[in-house]
Amino acid sequence: MMTTLTKQQQDPAARAGLPKAGKTARKGRLRRLGDLKMALFFIFPAMIGFVLFYLVPTIRGVYLSFTEYSILGDPTWIGIKNYTAMLGDELFWNAMGVTVQYVGLNIGFQTLIALGLALLMHRVAKSTFIRGALLLPFLVANVIVALLWFWMLDYQIGIVNEIINWMGLPRIAFFGSEQWAIPTIAAVNVWRHMGYTALLLFAGLQSIPNHVYEVASLDGASPTRTFWSITMPLLRPVLVLVLVVTVIGSFQVFDTVAVTTGGGPINASRVIQMYIYQKAFGESDFGYASALSVILFLILALVAFVQMKFLKGNESDLD
Amino acid sequence: MSTSTLTRKSVNKVPVNKKPVNWRRVGAWALVAVAVAVTVAPFLWMLRTALSTNASLASNAGNLLPADFNLGAFKRVLGMQSPEEAIAEGGSGAAINFWLYLRNSIIFASVTTAGQVFFSAMAAYAFSRLRWPGRNAVFGLFLATMMVPPIFTALPNFLMIKNLGLLNTFAGMTLPFLFMTPFAIFFLRQFFLSMSREVEEAAMLDGAKHLRIFFQIVLPNAAAPLATLALLTFIGQWNEYFWPLLVGQDENVRVLTVGLGVFKSQSPQGAPDWTGLMAATLVAALPVLLLFIAFGKKVVNSIGFSGIK
Repeated sequence: MMTTLTKQQQDPAARAGLPKAGKTARKGRLRRLGDLKMALFFIFPAMIGFVLFYLVPTIRGVYLSFTEYSILGDPTWIGIKNYTAMLGDELFWNAMGVTVQYVGLNIGFQTLIALGLALLMHRVAKSTFIRGALLLPFLVANVIVALLWFWMLDYQIGIVNEIINWMGLPRIAFFGSEQWAIPTIAAVNVWRHMGYTALLLFAGLQSIPNHVYEVASLDGASPTRTFWSITMPLLRPVLVLVLVVTVIGSFQVFDTVAVTTGGGPINASRVIQMYIYQKAFGESDFGYASALSVILFLILALVAFVQMKFLKGNESDLD
Repeated sequence: MSTSTLTRKSVNKVPVNKKPVNWRRVGAWALVAVAVAVTVAPFLWMLRTALSTNASLASNAGNLLPADFNLGAFKRVLGMQSPEEAIAEGGSGAAINFWLYLRNSIIFASVTTAGQVFFSAMAAYAFSRLRWPGRNAVFGLFLATMMVPPIFTALPNFLMIKNLGLLNTFAGMTLPFLFMTPFAIFFLRQFFLSMSREVEEAAMLDGAKHLRIFFQIVLPNAAAPLATLALLTFIGQWNEYFWPLLVGQDENVRVLTVGLGVFKSQSPQGAPDWTGLMAATLVAALPVLLLFIAFGKKVVNSIGFSGIK
């Protein structure tokens, strides 16, 4: 869970502990090594976790992507065959298409609604109670949210279809039809994340100093103008960070799909992570699944890079 | 969705000092009320369904009150019903032991939270208070792994846990989370850097060693951020689904999220056991809801971007 993004603080080495009262002869060596022994002690457990569960798996994942490996026996090196196979793999392209469609719907609506909510909170409703209420769905597990909506959107007796029916419209097979599955899953996750995203944007809005608005209103700027020429540009760095974090999360959608549609109907909601999961654990094709996750990793890195670069996420207009 | 048009409206609201009703403000509050209702209503529906019986759900689909008010669903989920009773009420009759899943979730979430927060605090101390060669490079390397998507490391991690023979054990489930996350170290390092060092420096002049300073000065002074981090980590771990799904399928270690998925897929008698399912989700969500009621302010205030200009 990513909740606080803090700008890296300058960390002058000078602040890191007092100079040791050492003998002059050993001073040079001491300065070079500093508190190395102590540091090794303090960092040891984290280092184990880092090496065993982050570093080695990352390297091994890249290695496995060049092999054929079905859990039994040893991986066989097959070069880039997994990657070339992907080019002709219709299910892979389908998964990519479905995922992009999901991310577009999810992020589009989520960001617009969250921005609206953030502005509302900023303007009229600053109460912690309201913020807490809006945050609630985010704190509940994906699986629970998915099951709750699976029930509420049930074709036969779900409350939403009851309302649709009562309004005289035809019932909708939300999770059961190819055209609705992805929009439905996207909407469920918009519901789960909108309050959280709004809180992040709200924090960004609060960091815009009041005097900027005062000057604008003295100059007689219209509210619309104020929004586009002051609020949006000054909110931009936060907005970009929020987008980077939410888009990356959105690409990895899995839980909601896994407990509702399982990727169906047919291939309609088989998102990329679902496809990786099925390849690895359904078909025991770890080599191909690893290659797929390398591609996912590259896409995420690219998306983050493009967003930071073109939306200038690390520059502020507030100077 | 209709809310997208709200943006403009709320912004248009200039501070007006006129006495008459400020319709913009009323409108804005109405929108806030709608947002809160949309957020909270599904939870009430969850409760309403859990207190109904399966038999009367269909005929009362549009009724806002529980259909045939009854605690059967909770009893079924918590194993207080005989299989015959359960089947009669639309359950699967298969043994579902939520007490066991609840225990497993508690073990999984608390062990990983305690380990992760403590070991990350140790590392954060080394990154913020100690001076050693390569410190910034190592910290950068740690941070870089924040970019690696969990699925990417999940496959090799699964293979390793399998090779170690730790599938379906608590060790296998907790180990990858036990030692650190880049985020936890990053989060705590920020706080340690912002803490005043006067007391520590005085203690050091008195000959106190780093271990003592860490335990007796830094940790107590950082109690608030440590508690916030622990709270967020616990909630995150309680909700974790993917990793326990991979390595913790066995009943004895199955956590609530995975149990819920299994429960849903046992569609008994053609139709899902909706009331049982909703009772189960409520039970699973309850600890998080209680934590949130108790420490809501802390959670809410921890969300934001500090330090960004």
